[in-house]
Amino acid sequence: MVLTTTEFDTIAAISTPPGEGGISIVRISGEDALAVAKKIYRGKNLDKVASNTINYGHIVDPTTHEEVDEVMLSVMRAPHTYTEEDIVEINCHGGLVATNRILQLVLSNGARMAEPGEFTKRAFLNGRIDLSQSEAVMDLIEAKTDRSMKAAISQLDGNLSHLIKHLRKDILDVLAQVEVNIDYPEYDDVETMTSKLLRQKATDVHERIVQLLKTAKQGKILREGLATSIIGRPNVGKSSLLNHLLHEDKAIVTDVPGTTRDVLEEYVNVRGVPLKLVDTAGIRDTQDKVEKIGVDRSRKAIDSADLVLLVLNASEALTNEDQELLKATEDKQRIIVLNKTDLPTKINLQQIKALTKGQKIISTSAIKANGVTQLEELIAKMFFDEGITSSQNDVMVTNARHIGLLNQAKSALEDVIKGLNDGMPVDLVQIDMTRCWDYLGEITGDSYQDELIDQLFSQFCLGK
Amino acid sequence: MKSLRVSDVKQKYRGKDYDVIVVGAGHAGCEAALAAARMGNQTLLLTINLDMVAFMPCNPSVGGPAKGTVVREVDALGGEMGRNIDKTYIQMRMLNTGKGPAVQALRAQADKHAYHAEMKHTIEKEPNLTLRQGIVDSLIVEDGTCKGVVTNTGARYAAKAVVVAAGTAARGKIIIGELMYASGPNNSQPAEKLSENLESLGFDLERFKTGTPPRVDGTTIDYSKTAEQPGDKQPHHFSFESADKDYLAVKDQLSCWLTYTNETTHQIIRDNLDRAPMFTGVIEGVGPRYCPSIEDKIVRFADKSRHQLFLEPEGRKTEEWYVDGLSTSMPEEVQQKMLHTIAGLENAQMMRPGYAIEYDVVAPYQLKPTLETKVVKNLFTAGQTNGTSGYEEAAGQGIIAGINAGRRALGKGPFVLKRNEAYIGVMIDDLVTKGTKEPYRLLTSRAEYRLLLRTDNADMRLTEKGHEIGLISDDRYQKFLAKKQAIEAELDRLNQIRIKPSDDVNAFITAHGDKPLQDGVIAAIFLRRPYVDYQTLMRFIDAPAEPLDRHVIEQVEIRTKYAGYIKKAEQSVAKMKKMEAKKIPDRIDYEAIDGIATEARQKLQKIHPQTIAQASRISGVNPADIAILSVYIQQGKITKLAQ
Repeated sequence: MVLTTTEFDTIAAISTPPGEGGISIVRISGEDALAVAKKIYRGKNLDKVASNTINYGHIVDPTTHEEVDEVMLSVMRAPHTYTEEDIVEINCHGGLVATNRILQLVLSNGARMAEPGEFTKRAFLNGRIDLSQSEAVMDLIEAKTDRSMKAAISQLDGNLSHLIKHLRKDILDVLAQVEVNIDYPEYDDVETMTSKLLRQKATDVHERIVQLLKTAKQGKILREGLATSIIGRPNVGKSSLLNHLLHEDKAIVTDVPGTTRDVLEEYVNVRGVPLKLVDTAGIRDTQDKVEKIGVDRSRKAIDSADLVLLVLNASEALTNEDQELLKATEDKQRIIVLNKTDLPTKINLQQIKALTKGQKIISTSAIKANGVTQLEELIAKMFFDEGITSSQNDVMVTNARHIGLLNQAKSALEDVIKGLNDGMPVDLVQIDMTRCWDYLGEITGDSYQDELIDQLFSQFCLGK
Repeated sequence: MKSLRVSDVKQKYRGKDYDVIVVGAGHAGCEAALAAARMGNQTLLLTINLDMVAFMPCNPSVGGPAKGTVVREVDALGGEMGRNIDKTYIQMRMLNTGKGPAVQALRAQADKHAYHAEMKHTIEKEPNLTLRQGIVDSLIVEDGTCKGVVTNTGARYAAKAVVVAAGTAARGKIIIGELMYASGPNNSQPAEKLSENLESLGFDLERFKTGTPPRVDGTTIDYSKTAEQPGDKQPHHFSFESADKDYLAVKDQLSCWLTYTNETTHQIIRDNLDRAPMFTGVIEGVGPRYCPSIEDKIVRFADKSRHQLFLEPEGRKTEEWYVDGLSTSMPEEVQQKMLHTIAGLENAQMMRPGYAIEYDVVAPYQLKPTLETKVVKNLFTAGQTNGTSGYEEAAGQGIIAGINAGRRALGKGPFVLKRNEAYIGVMIDDLVTKGTKEPYRLLTSRAEYRLLLRTDNADMRLTEKGHEIGLISDDRYQKFLAKKQAIEAELDRLNQIRIKPSDDVNAFITAHGDKPLQDGVIAAIFLRRPYVDYQTLMRFIDAPAEPLDRHVIEQVEIRTKYAGYIKKAEQSVAKMKKMEAKKIPDRIDYEAIDGIATEARQKLQKIHPQTIAQASRISGVNPADIAILSVYIQQGKITKLAQ
């Protein structure tokens, strides 16, 4: 049972507003700030550099030794810093993907994701800012309370959450068995959790987390792009939208339905999110042979897409085809784009809202480039904050906090196995197994401390 | 239920004045009274029945996982339980020897009559302590402060502080099948009026239930059908003061015997569930999950074809045997039938039936970590009164309540053990912070730092404190310091000696499947290898100048072998300590703080945690609430500075 002493954790976050271009900063604050930075930084010896200096170097993934980014790293030592704690700021150049990668590394190596307003909160608690400013801190934290734990959980993809709950359940069974062996040593009908058995369980859970992390790597997306299909019936403005996202004229744009005869694939970097944009021929029943191939490919494009941008023509009433598309993309991560909003609106917004159950709807006019910025921001938010699941893999985690926690859970399991190799007794090694369980619980928001004791008494028959 | 009392006294009289009065002489009350008296307070210990001082109405045993550690903690603080059991045990066993040092657990079978007599005698001999029979009907409370007690015989005793450790006597009710009557434990008189008095003072009481199995005549047990469980050969004691040379040889110890229930036993129980008070709604109290009655086990774990039973002797001068695992409140006739289905008990004579007992509990959120009540000043509560179960849990609270009542009477500050210092600290913090919905039992899994709270290092953790309080003699303290010094010296030595890669060493290492040494290795590092213990190590290096005591060697081994894990635990303790240092002002008004979630606000208002760390342990109080609370407190500080 680990206590939540979050008050003194070393925390980290990207402290520059999201967006592409320029420099972004990953800020780390807390007593382990330097220790965390040292694990992933190649350059000067950070213990020896003076306070308030900025140092050139590289961020390197300590497990793969892969160079992630060229950075400038500033070191500010307590107490003369904003939070009155040690602060390290990593100035990265490589765009949002690289910045996120660095944040993941920081979170995998001992820091925790900062809550909204947490740097300011620390500044206040450590006497750095005055009373009037503290009201703003309260507002920030309160805003967070509203969303609080539940919001964090709802951001979780259902599959991932399910998978992690499963992992936790398996670990809990192991923990309960170890506990029962300790507290009721004389009960001979309870199976003894031996080192061998524990090693099996730990290896199994470790393997499952490794698999999860493999599918979760943003690196893969970085290479291959997030498969994004633009879907809609003919002439709703898909190609114009694509062009706006590409900032160039690639697809042929006419007002004759069915102009896009083939599937166009384009790679584009939207606010740091690499998209593999797939523009498709409009889907409708057709006898035209060339277009038929295009339509088949469109359906395929839906199936293989990680993200669907479903374009509807706002200046026309919702057609049967539109409804079919809404249905076909129901299980997908999707954004509904109401295009042609420069024309008088005829579409029934209420009907769409009812059909999409509160999913994201963006209004654009691709011709006049209205709303495209909003669309880009939403894509970046979905990718970085909420995680977009991939259809090719069972589960995909893109949220840096989740990846960080999974990595910590993984290294806790490695400690379990190392402990067993060193001949440590099961009840000691179990400390690390419990840590693993706690980290996974942080992802799903389950950290009910009496869970274990409840499990003990419901699973085993014990007592005088 | 109708009162047992036919008429009350007409006239009250003034008894002697005391510094501290302890109500109840069970395992909590005895420790509380001894601690207060030994600190120099004139102390009165009142009990309903002098023949039940430190009586064991249930298991004739002391210790076990977590509990055994508590006994050693009580001993290190200068309490009596460890010494008393070391003088009166009939079997001693170290449990979990195949596991790590953090979970090894010493357990003794007690001669329950000798245990009672020995404790009573110790109390009688204690200079500042008066032992007296009497039932406390009410507390004398003026202006929210407790100033004494009134007994059923009309005596009014004044005191500076009062400890209530009423146990299951508080409005106790025994249930055996359809039979139900007002009674304390083991058919003693219940305390009928004290509960009403506590309620009228504003206390929130809860109703708990516990139970005990039947006892059988040992001369009618067929031991040949059961499996013997003898005591340990290797000496072990609970008290720091007990010497190995006084340890009983195995032949002088008494064995326990293992047997099982079977399908026939279970069928009898199932056939009579309509007469089981547990299921007919007669029992209102909440029973413990970890200590279910046999009928509860049969219903909840219907797929199990048998349950373990331990036959335990109750003493040297009795043939009464305790049937551990068969706690029940079934009708007497059914209990007899059940017993006769069990291997070894086919012809066993039942001497007393098992029973369930319901009693009143002071909901522990009404307590401070010193065990003083928040409702009435100078009033302390301990043991089952606070919702726990178990002699050891009672003793652990008893000594803390006694120390704090004693210190109050002396005008000294509070004494509190933290979660990282003792199982006693874990238990009390759990009680006052989380409360309990069932009789609370200590489990090793309740301690987040159990590697630090070992049974082997209770003396290292607490003797210093016991000495400071004035409960550990200078003589014992010197012995403790000598042990501590010997451990440090040997650890230092092992960290300086280098083992060279000689043929002898390498032959040993390769025999254990390891790679031979290329360079020298520090002795302490070498000791960390799983196949190396201290004695083996001495084959390769010089022995220390003076031969070491086995307790010293044990500490050297543990602190070397598990250094990595110990360090990790200590780091996490350091973090918690920072949060413990953040105090919450006494008079904080949670209604005035915007933004705290409603559930958290209610809990905080009810529990009134003393530190941010304690607040964060309350279930339903989430990190965002803690953040708001911290900011609010800091705002208050800044405002004060500005004024």
